[in-house]
Amino acid sequence: MDDLYREVIIEHYKNPGYRGKLDPHDIKFADNNPLCGDHIEITLRTDESDRISDARFDGHGCAISQASADLLIESIIGKPLEEVKQLNKEYVLDMLGIDLGPVRLKCALLSLKVLKAGVYGLGEASDSLVE
Amino acid sequence: MFTCIPVYMCTLLMALNINEVRKDFPIFQRETSPGVPLVYLDSTATSQKPLVVIKAMNDFYRRSNANIHRGVHTLAEEATALYEQARVKISKFINAPSAHQIIYTRNTTESINLVAYSWARANLKAGDLVILTEMEHHSNLVPWHILQAERGVELDFIPVTEDGLLDLDAYKTLLARGPKLVSFTHMSNVLGTINPAAEIIRLAHAAGAVTVVDAAQSVPHFKVDVQALDADFLAFSAHKMCGPTGIGVLYGKMALLESMPPFLGGGDMIREVKLRSFRPNSLPYKFEAGTPAIAEAVGFGAAVDYLSAVGMDAIAAHEHEITEYALERLEEVSGVKVFGPSAQHKGGVTAFTLNGVHPHDVAQILDRDGIAVRAGHHCAQPLHEKFGIPASSRASFYLYNTRDEVDLLINGIYKVKEMFG
Repeated sequence: MDDLYREVIIEHYKNPGYRGKLDPHDIKFADNNPLCGDHIEITLRTDESDRISDARFDGHGCAISQASADLLIESIIGKPLEEVKQLNKEYVLDMLGIDLGPVRLKCALLSLKVLKAGVYGLGEASDSLVE
Repeated sequence: MFTCIPVYMCTLLMALNINEVRKDFPIFQRETSPGVPLVYLDSTATSQKPLVVIKAMNDFYRRSNANIHRGVHTLAEEATALYEQARVKISKFINAPSAHQIIYTRNTTESINLVAYSWARANLKAGDLVILTEMEHHSNLVPWHILQAERGVELDFIPVTEDGLLDLDAYKTLLARGPKLVSFTHMSNVLGTINPAAEIIRLAHAAGAVTVVDAAQSVPHFKVDVQALDADFLAFSAHKMCGPTGIGVLYGKMALLESMPPFLGGGDMIREVKLRSFRPNSLPYKFEAGTPAIAEAVGFGAAVDYLSAVGMDAIAAHEHEITEYALERLEEVSGVKVFGPSAQHKGGVTAFTLNGVHPHDVAQILDRDGIAVRAGHHCAQPLHEKFGIPASSRASFYLYNTRDEVDLLINGIYKVKEMFG
């Protein structure tokens, strides 16, 4: 519990490195967490070999949701889209380095859900993407 | 020698004995983590339960459990009597003319849906105007959205002022358009605003409209008299007033309830069933299909007894004092913004934001000190949009909360500021 607001989370929340929008972009997706109104939009550019060449996130929400989005975006730049499709819950939790209850887990995983829905080209983001 | 009671004794006699009240609630004996007592400031979401309520339900299952009505054995008789006695207690609690006007539902939401599905579908047609307010809980918005999509009724909203009050002049303008229904919250679950229900209803009736009062936050916290209000329909839930989850009430005027078609079909709501037809039962059973929440009704009755014994006026006065103090203390914290009116127009609900920190983070950090507040949009998303915020933190108070708990809340907020500073 005391680890929940680790330095790294507060730091990425207050000074995110990847907040913004890419225009033009190749992929764009956005979704809300209906429970708390957190909002994340992700924009991506890909290169000719289907790797992510650049990415940004935008939106608002709690420290957990915004810090995990920043960490996630930082970690996927340079990765092939196929690899991003395989990312799961543990990947995000390892980066955050914290244990989360069921309510806050949704905050932490919102950005991954949005990212995967965008990469898969889905119409709607589903929780099954991050289970 | 007892003829002269000093004046201060009178006020003491009327006031609520907070230490005694807290002893009535077993949950306050627990710690949220070792050495950290529970500071429960989330009664607007659901209240804690006194031992008498827990015991009444426990006793029911241990001694009297049976299905109600039509059974002739001892337990069925006992269960039916307990279930119906609770209805009588609840009817007296809100001063309903008759217990037949107390329809058991699952909760306030289901009660409002009952009106929307039964009364509104029988009485409203395309183009009819339904007036709501900008401070409604989703439970008094979405049933009408569904009706709008299905029937083409028109929705309009009494605006909320910057101070968190309903704009009654705008309401009067809306009434000139001849609404068929006015459905509004008696007390906002976010702003805490206590709306002038009697006045809103009087004006609605003068314009020929039927009224629905969402009393989920009012009935638990101060004396509500349905006859004094002249309410046509009024809805509330047991779990916000020291009772169990899973049971609520729709009160309605007799003539309206009599004229309404059934809502859910099934057992108990019928007088007679043929293979191809049925005749509905009389009130209130017409609207109570299937085996209801029997133990919960018994618990609800015990909750009403408990609140009456403590005294609704004493509860209201206690909450007012705590709320005034909380507003005063919140105001001294820089970066905190409280939403809603001054204590004079407000029940025990304080929704606030802290500059630069998301409400979820505020709630999570407070939780470390055992302080339970709610964070989010509290099922009132449009209201939050109106004030230009995605979410808020909300501390709410009930008969068992103390000034010391307000102090703990304020200390907690200072800790949050330090962490995010």
